Amino acid sequence: MEGDIAVMGQMIGAGLASIGMGGAGIGVGLVAGNFLSGALRNPAAAGAQTATLFIGIAFAEALGIFSFLVALLLMFAV
Amino acid sequence: MADHTEAVAEAVAGEASKGFAIHPMEQFEIHPLFGGDALNWYTPTNVTLWMGLVIVSVVLLMVIGARGRAMVPSRSQSMAEMTYGFIHKMIVDVTGKEGLKYFPYIMTVFLFILFANLLGLIPYSYTVTSQIAVTGVLALAVFLAVTAIGFIKNGPSFIKLFWVSSAPAALRPVLFLIELISYFVRPVSHSIRLGGNMMAGHAVVKVFAGFAGALGLGAVFPILAIVGVYGLELLVAVIQAYVFTILTVVYLNDALHPSH
Repeated sequence: MEGDIAVMGQMIGAGLASIGMGGAGIGVGLVAGNFLSGALRNPAAAGAQTATLFIGIAFAEALGIFSFLVALLLMFAV
Repeated sequence: MADHTEAVAEAVAGEASKGFAIHPMEQFEIHPLFGGDALNWYTPTNVTLWMGLVIVSVVLLMVIGARGRAMVPSRSQSMAEMTYGFIHKMIVDVTGKEGLKYFPYIMTVFLFILFANLLGLIPYSYTVTSQIAVTGVLALAVFLAVTAIGFIKNGPSFIKLFWVSSAPAALRPVLFLIELISYFVRPVSHSIRLGGNMMAGHAVVKVFAGFAGALGLGAVFPILAIVGVYGLELLVAVIQAYVFTILTVVYLNDALHPSH
């Protein structure tokens, strides 16, 4: 019985942790959207900034991956 | 602790017997290649095998590509040349000419990760970069090398990297602390970004495969979804190799030009 409650806690915790991925989605969307609106205003300068775009996306995405990792740890490693 | 883990494993396995014939995380298990279940540090495993295959394919690409040295390049030669030019341009754009000294290492890291990601997409293969241990070593090597290069090139003034001189004087100690923490979190995020992305993508494919097994004739839809996700994974495999490499170059640039 106690074990069941602990498992339930782990599963609920894993589900809650994955909410964080939504935040990463918002962040990546903001980066890409703002890049596009800037790129359409000045297409000539856009090409040189793609590296910055990918770095920004990577930083925003890493935090979502952290929450994914927390969910995995709760399910398999606790 | 052990009880909980077993209970979770049971809960997950119980679900597997109801709907999922395939467990999504099973593909990341490490098996010894030759008999037995004992895992020691010297045991050849499936990770070892696929790492070896990655290195063989990198060597094949560069050796076959560089063999002809034709004025009008063949297909393999232009692949090798384009990869070389891509990394070369990336380093020059971010760090300037002085970063080119470290070109061989950065090129090696890029090709290793790229081929590990791409070979991992072959069905029944093993994705080496989905193991945090592998990406962790790659990221730690970059972190230690960059820190060492920073102190060797700049001496103690490398600390200026954390001292944001353009900020108001009262804020500088706070920013120093934040910069210091963010510097030490780098290897963690650098490795988990790559490992987590690879693991997540492959687990998604397996989850859809489990749906396909459970749905009978309706399996058409999950299979179409797998085709879509696979295309996305192909993109992610290349982008993550690119991201890991460009972050390596950006960190290197911090070591070469630390002042803000």
